[in-house]
Amino acid sequence: MVTTVKKPAALEIPEGTENALGQAQTWQGALDDLRGLVSERAMTGETMLLNLGPHHPSTHGVLRLLLELDGEEIVTCLPDVGYLHTGIEKSIESKPYDKALVMTDRMDYLAPMSNNAVFSMAVEKLAGIDVPERAQIIRVICLELTRLNSHLVWLGTSSLDLGAMSVFLYCFRERERVLDMFEMLGGQRMMTSYIRPGGVWRDLPEEFLPTLGKFLDIMPARLDDYEKLLTNNPIWMDRTKGIGVVEPEDAIALGMTGPYLRGSGVNFDIRKVMPYSGYQNYEFDVPLGDHGDVYDRFIIRVHEMRESVKIIRQAIKALGSASGSFRTENRKFAPPPRAELGRSMEAVIHHFKLWTEGYSAPDEEVYVAIESPRGEIGCYLHGTGGPKARRVHFKTPSFMHISSLGKVASGHMIADLIAIIGSSDIVLGDSDR
Amino acid sequence: MAHIAAAADPVAAFEEQLPGVLKGTHEFRGELTLFVAPSDVPKAARFLRDAKGLIYNFLSDISAVDYYEPARGHGDYGDRPERFGVSYHLYSMLYNRRIRLKTFVNEDAPVVPTLVPVWPSADWLEREIFDMMGISFEGHPNMRRVLLSEDWEGHPHRRDYPLGYETVMFSFNADEISKHKPFAEE
Repeated sequence: MVTTVKKPAALEIPEGTENALGQAQTWQGALDDLRGLVSERAMTGETMLLNLGPHHPSTHGVLRLLLELDGEEIVTCLPDVGYLHTGIEKSIESKPYDKALVMTDRMDYLAPMSNNAVFSMAVEKLAGIDVPERAQIIRVICLELTRLNSHLVWLGTSSLDLGAMSVFLYCFRERERVLDMFEMLGGQRMMTSYIRPGGVWRDLPEEFLPTLGKFLDIMPARLDDYEKLLTNNPIWMDRTKGIGVVEPEDAIALGMTGPYLRGSGVNFDIRKVMPYSGYQNYEFDVPLGDHGDVYDRFIIRVHEMRESVKIIRQAIKALGSASGSFRTENRKFAPPPRAELGRSMEAVIHHFKLWTEGYSAPDEEVYVAIESPRGEIGCYLHGTGGPKARRVHFKTPSFMHISSLGKVASGHMIADLIAIIGSSDIVLGDSDR
Repeated sequence: MAHIAAAADPVAAFEEQLPGVLKGTHEFRGELTLFVAPSDVPKAARFLRDAKGLIYNFLSDISAVDYYEPARGHGDYGDRPERFGVSYHLYSMLYNRRIRLKTFVNEDAPVVPTLVPVWPSADWLEREIFDMMGISFEGHPNMRRVLLSEDWEGHPHRRDYPLGYETVMFSFNADEISKHKPFAEE
């Protein structure tokens, strides 16, 4: 019997075709590129190479994973990112600080306020802008609402990955209310650009606080509902307990932050250790995990949502006695109110300067990090002495978590990989920027 | 509970235990920067991570900056010795403080020793700098582009890499633009 080996048509590339690097494009050449990254068994065909993504519902965006499989067990997992790279850092270099802010929303599109806040705080530190107390409290409310927003999407999608469809629908129902509140604040549901250098864009609209109050009243009961569906659910526990275990030392060495790191029991929350925006004035707990598995990370995020509700309640109370305005009164950095423009020549000059040139920041570098829903998001900002940045770099939690995915996932079954990706709460816009 | 040594001044610790490594310090808005030569980066990083009273055990970020000013011309980097700066942001979970380790490399040989053996988390951060700034890291296990495709030309975060624009299409120039558009062929 004669067996013929024929490659699939899609892999047949005419001989002699070269890519931009001058490498011949043959299937064998691509496999050779992987030498050293995958095990030798893949070269002989003993193990299977499988592409997961970039377009796959359980990769939470455009994440491509090259898997080496021995049966159903993962031998190597090579994450490949960059499909959503938009050059945001490069674009910011060509814009004045206040106009560059709108780019930051587009990075982590599930936590736009965190991106706004970290960039604003970096600009404030570099340029030396003071933020009034009222603005700080409004920021805390926004940041915690963002945490709720992001964790709700995470809970919905990651449980959907493991087959719990109804949780997804419930979470998105509540998330819709958060987005409605964002629309009240910034006029946009997702790309809010509400937190800006010097404070926030405008004061809280009249209908905001009553809506927020109603939302906070229903939220704890809704969280109980989600927990009823998942926490003691035997199928959920089977799929998540003991999966994707990360030891605390490894978590620190791999640069993990946020719920991923706290799931392994490391008590590191930037809101507690290096408080910003007045987080030291609020009473809240930082939940920690014992085992560092997918289940612990789930429990931690649900508890964080309860803590967020607590923080927002305290912030609303503090708002009544807060001093100052919703943004800085320093006219060199924040535009004057519209009414002043008709009366004061100074105001017209300030307005003109801000809208044509922007403000200058020294030729120095700063690094600011805050606790985003995913972990430590850091902004490295280097000024030029003029109104534009020389370099801005965002250290994003998703980038770090994807880079460690290979180490966490190897040895697990391919179905567990889906649970691990879900529990790492990655957003590819955050990773690729 | 085990005895924890009191926090030490990093500059004094360097002078005492690694004399000659520190090339200078700088402080801005409470952020301390230590300057070292590129070849000393792994040594200094290991020292900051392990020395008593320092224990900067967490690598927060690595970022690179290009001091080239297109307007002022080549070779003028202000008061900086070389064209590129690489900043390592370290954090000490024990003493709750941050520090920045900084090194300068020139354009002809932009190479810095890798920190992957010290912190595995440096892996992708260094790959990103290689991708975006064209600074390669000696000894890195997998020095390839991470965000851009393998066949990309140039390093976009260099200051002499143009931002690039697309001409806006109006009715008067629509034909001209669509002539050059890379439409899919039949």
